[in-house]
Amino acid sequence: MLGLVLLWEGAGRLAESRLLPPASTVIAFLAREAASGALAVNLGATLFRVACAFAVAMLLGSLLGLAMGAWRRLDLMLDAAVTALLAAPALVVLVLIYVWFGLSDASAIAAVALTKLPNTAITVREGTRALDRNLAEMARSYRVGRWATLRHVVLPQLGPYLFAAARSGLALIWKIVLVAELLGRNDGVGFQIQVYFQLFDITGILAYTLAFILVVQTLEWTVLQPLERRANRWR
Amino acid sequence: MHAPISTNHAPVLDLDIRRKWVGRGAARRLVLDGVRLQVAAGEIVALVGPSGCGKTTLLRIAGGLDMRFEGTIRWAGGTNAGIGTVFQEPRLLPWRTVRENLVLVRPPDPAEADALLRTLGIPELAGAYPPALSGGQARRVAIARAFAIRPSLVLLDEPFVSLDAATAAASREVLLAAWRERRCAAVLVTHDMAEAEALADRVVTLSSGPARVVGETAVSSPRRYFRVSR
Repeated sequence: MLGLVLLWEGAGRLAESRLLPPASTVIAFLAREAASGALAVNLGATLFRVACAFAVAMLLGSLLGLAMGAWRRLDLMLDAAVTALLAAPALVVLVLIYVWFGLSDASAIAAVALTKLPNTAITVREGTRALDRNLAEMARSYRVGRWATLRHVVLPQLGPYLFAAARSGLALIWKIVLVAELLGRNDGVGFQIQVYFQLFDITGILAYTLAFILVVQTLEWTVLQPLERRANRWR
Repeated sequence: MHAPISTNHAPVLDLDIRRKWVGRGAARRLVLDGVRLQVAAGEIVALVGPSGCGKTTLLRIAGGLDMRFEGTIRWAGGTNAGIGTVFQEPRLLPWRTVRENLVLVRPPDPAEADALLRTLGIPELAGAYPPALSGGQARRVAIARAFAIRPSLVLLDEPFVSLDAATAAASREVLLAAWRERRCAAVLVTHDMAEAEALADRVVTLSSGPARVVGETAVSSPRRYFRVSR
């Protein structure tokens, strides 16, 4: 990581161009934005949208995937719709939701969640299909309750699928949230990038992009990876 | 059909299967035909018969896991709540320790789980995860789980199959140790007549295709050898 920053710094200094500012210039810009409070406001707005869209997509997508994996008839009914939604470009979904429901946070969150939801549903459906029937029968034979069976027998088997969906989801959602902000919000990292794009300010664009990558990476290191290690400690 | 050997105790299991079919359409076949089985409290019954004759199907019905059959089933207490099953494969949850596997079926008493593991000779494995266990150790844990629920009836589906002779003999010993503490009824499916006679009070022999009871023998001095040898 440090090597990459040094390479960037060297290339920026050599180029001496507004199109490739050195890392130090971008970091200095970031520090000014942080001091003025603009960084916190915009990062906060984007993070809020990412968190909401992520939660909705993971929760509804997981429930849908579980149901489709468990009931073949439901899977046959919904498979075509889920596949179509998976194939639909995120931009089209965003534009349609904005047009139909207005330019609001709720629309942005719903559109982003809708884009991620089919991916989660299909991943969890595959996990549900791969559940060990012998363990389910064991739980039934010992009259382990439904909630305890879900918690102790089903969810640990779905863990790798849920983590895969969460990890790819986080990476996908924050990118789509930026597009949603660019198209129809007046705050957030995406909105700021649009402003700097219009000003042709590459330093501003890189500063906000860098800030958000750092936040997402921190989430990966401090939340997702420890959770995954904990879930897999028996291995 | 053979009438069951009468006992002085009220049966913990009274099973009368007129017919049991499996499969659909052209693949549908009769697996069990006129099988009657009564098991008294504290009694060990061995079911022997050729491979694939329907012993496991019979055991699944006895445990209430398959109720699609023609006939009747009655358990002591009216439900299958007091039945502990030892499947052919241990079916332990690999992400839970041995103790947690036991506590899952009878919460929340880790001390009782530890006592049971001592009886089965594996107290040091309480904190181990199942992937770290040998085949014999995993079978013992599965047996411990069945006894952890304080069962009135334990169903054992070839619990020592694919174990080497020494491990199987040691496992039989600990099974008897656990049984002596609980004195529950048990149905043991096996294709090993020596094992059946060594452990059971009564041996029920099934035919194949479809399974019928073709013989029922009381063992004169059951479990006279603590160490079972082949």
